[in-house]
Amino acid sequence: MKKETWKELTIGTINLDAGNSVKNLTGTWRSGKKPQFIEEKCIQCFFCWLYCPHSAILVEGDEVKGINYDYCTGCGMCSVECPPKEKAIIMVKEEAKLAEGDAE
Amino acid sequence: MSTLKTLNGNQAIAEAVRQIDPDVMAAYPITPSTAIVETIAKFKADGLITGEFVCPESEHSAMSVCIGASSAGGRVMTATASQGLALMWEMLYIAAGLRLPIVAAIVNRSLSAPINIHGDHSDTMGARDSGWIQIYSENCQEAYDNFIQAFRIGEDLKVRTPVFVGLDGFIISHSLEVIQVEDDAKVKKFVGEYKSVYPLLDTSRKMTVGPIDFTDYYFEHKRNQMEGIENAPPVIEAVGKEFGQKFGREYGFFEEYRMDDAELCIVVMSSAAGTCKDAVDELRSDGKRIGLLKPRIFRPFPHEKIAEALKKMKAIAVLDRSSSPGAFGAPLFTEVRSALYDYAERPHIVNYVYGLGGRDIKVEHFKEVALKLEKIAETGKVEEIYGYINLRE
Amino acid sequence: MAKLKDLAAMEDRLVAGHGMCLGCGIPLIFRIVLRATEDPLIIANATGCLEVCTTIFPRTSWNVTWIHSAFENAASTIAGVESMYKALKNKGRIPEDKKIKFLGVGGDGGTYDIGLQALSGAMERGHDIVYVCYDNNAYANTGGQRSSATPLGASATTSPEGTQSPGKLQRKKDLTKILVAHNIPYVAQASPNRWQDLYKKAQKAFETEGPAFLNVLCFCPTEWKYDESQGIRLAQTALDTCVWPLYEVENGKYKINYIPKEKKPVLEWIKPQGRFRHLFKEENAWVLEEYQKQVDEDWEELNKLAKL
Ligand SMILES: Cc1ncc(C[n+]2csc(CCOP(=O)(O)OP(=O)(O)O)c2C)c(N)n1
Ligand code: SF4
Ligand code: SF4
Ligand code: SF4
Ligand SMILES: [Mg+2]
Repeated sequence: MKKETWKELTIGTINLDAGNSVKNLTGTWRSGKKPQFIEEKCIQCFFCWLYCPHSAILVEGDEVKGINYDYCTGCGMCSVECPPKEKAIIMVKEEAKLAEGDAE
Repeated sequence: MSTLKTLNGNQAIAEAVRQIDPDVMAAYPITPSTAIVETIAKFKADGLITGEFVCPESEHSAMSVCIGASSAGGRVMTATASQGLALMWEMLYIAAGLRLPIVAAIVNRSLSAPINIHGDHSDTMGARDSGWIQIYSENCQEAYDNFIQAFRIGEDLKVRTPVFVGLDGFIISHSLEVIQVEDDAKVKKFVGEYKSVYPLLDTSRKMTVGPIDFTDYYFEHKRNQMEGIENAPPVIEAVGKEFGQKFGREYGFFEEYRMDDAELCIVVMSSAAGTCKDAVDELRSDGKRIGLLKPRIFRPFPHEKIAEALKKMKAIAVLDRSSSPGAFGAPLFTEVRSALYDYAERPHIVNYVYGLGGRDIKVEHFKEVALKLEKIAETGKVEEIYGYINLRE
Repeated sequence: MAKLKDLAAMEDRLVAGHGMCLGCGIPLIFRIVLRATEDPLIIANATGCLEVCTTIFPRTSWNVTWIHSAFENAASTIAGVESMYKALKNKGRIPEDKKIKFLGVGGDGGTYDIGLQALSGAMERGHDIVYVCYDNNAYANTGGQRSSATPLGASATTSPEGTQSPGKLQRKKDLTKILVAHNIPYVAQASPNRWQDLYKKAQKAFETEGPAFLNVLCFCPTEWKYDESQGIRLAQTALDTCVWPLYEVENGKYKINYIPKEKKPVLEWIKPQGRFRHLFKEENAWVLEEYQKQVDEDWEELNKLAKL
């Protein structure tokens, strides 16, 4: 990523590029475990969406569709809070992880 | 219509505030600037101003309110002194870093300890690296005129930097003077409409203001900030000229008094310059070739222009109304001396600290300084480069 | 009552890619709070985890107008923004019908401690602002120093446990009560695990004319030292032990919003957290007793206030 010279920066330390942190892929922090979504068991309660600190639950239309591993840090909160007795999100072992931390 | 009014410095500032009617005024009382805050509050209570007056629980919050309000996108002023300015210190740098053209009337007063309510320049000099433009006033008229010009200077789109307008505590803030108060509409017109740059209140632009920088951006942001104050000199000059055209009193970076054929010079700011003028007049009538240089703009320091004005002198005394413990001379001295460094033949230059905590400086004191300068010029020797005026030794 | 599905369909005002820790409670609080108004919003954020982890230049996680000026002045900064809004409305420079909500946000350090004065001032002056404190019981961003919100007996880096000390010796400050004493229209305590309660309180706060204050419990796996997947469980335990009662004070009237079916011993709150581990040493038994006693007293008093 090319860094601006002092002349190119917006005055007053302002960042005009709202929400551009989506380019930081926090999924690279994951180590050892990751959540797995089991669609058949899902009751669409949206608790996983509500309680994921890294906005890594994929929602399409009005349905939870899985995990966005670009951002999932593997904290396990979604799995703990998923209500079905037989969880619709389970934590599984993960060997390799993403290499790149940045979408650019 | 321009009218003559008998006002003290605080009233003169308040009068300018009423005429300009800034959008937000946030200030906390402290002697000797309290009357400015009280008068604004009364103006608001009487419906004479339409802006919001906020009276926060501290100067730290007063400056924080100013920062929030200025970022929101409008004209903002405050007033304070001494401990109040010291309590704002953290926020001064932030106002400058965010490039917010807040205007602050600073009724210069000494800093504790010991606590003392009288005038010296310790407060603003302590904040000289905070990134604010600093303008100093000799009398009530200048305080009024400078305060009006400050908005034009700070708000200029190339500058966008906050401004202090200094006036000496009690000596100016509480002394009555007959001053020319300009017509309300003319003052409003001179100051003009406020132009917002990235106002928070334009919520369609979802900005992040005041983010955290790591080592890869902080330096660039700081350099970017410095550009604002570095762009100020031509604006200060143009605004001072225009003020002269409109109101008959022109301003520059400094005032030269009887400097034409001077060999000796006293450099002194603010109210003491008035007394110094009397001393210079008396010395001139005794045939001494002495003049006065009164800096008006301390930040950005007009180093080239001052050096140009002083380079031919045989001896110069810089008088500081603040001290810089442990430094090689007080703030104004170090600036002036450093400005002269590039000349192969440099005048002798000495520094005297005077007037701390409101201690008087009189014509006789300036005459003593003149005597010392004469001796230096004659002998070519500087016996003491740094001293004090009117101090019990 | 809003459904989560509908909330999920709303635009994120705090987006992905921020640097907060695994299992952090802060983003969960603001996922709800920032959806509780659809009006344009301006946020002033105090220095702390939220501010630092979301704005590392040139990136920002804020998809909403946001300003940070310093640590102790989120309240006075947002008060300044609100004052300018009022001024420009008065002067006709922004349309009469343009609605904007103003939100100050700080951690417990920025709110209970260094920012208390600015907060008190802004509340007393009656600005039309909402202030949300996320109380993670420590100066988390700077590595877990004690704050006045750190509970009795917790080990923090500036109140460490040691052979001669059981951790923090003082009881947690009751900031919510201090805010109630300002006689402002709306004050509440909330927790992210009771999302509907939090959402309703945030809605009320935004709708309140004049100042409103929310104090929200915020779990912090890093400084509390528990299994990072358990934050919501732990928050539930805080409610069930009455360590963090949910209540609101609307125009002076107290209402408890959650009464545990069976009040659990404080021990259940303490056990999973590493910051309390040393309390199980014999010589520190008195701290456990004292903590329980304090919680019981506070709960009893709150119940009395709610019956008035
Ligand atoms: C005036 C000042 N003092 C100290 C600091 C250092 N500092 C920055 S954040 C912080 C702690 C923040 O704690 P809290 O408000 O609880 O927020 P958290 O980090 O827990 O999110 C401290 C001590 C500072 N930035 N400014
Ligand atoms: S493991 Fe954590 S980060 Fe990943 S999806 Fe679940 S809650 Fe989100
Ligand atoms: S929490 Fe579980 S059941 Fe609920 S939406 Fe998520 S995956 Fe489905
Ligand atoms: S230290 Fe605690 S509060 Fe801060 S980001 Fe990490 S988990 Fe969240
Ligand atoms: Mg904290």
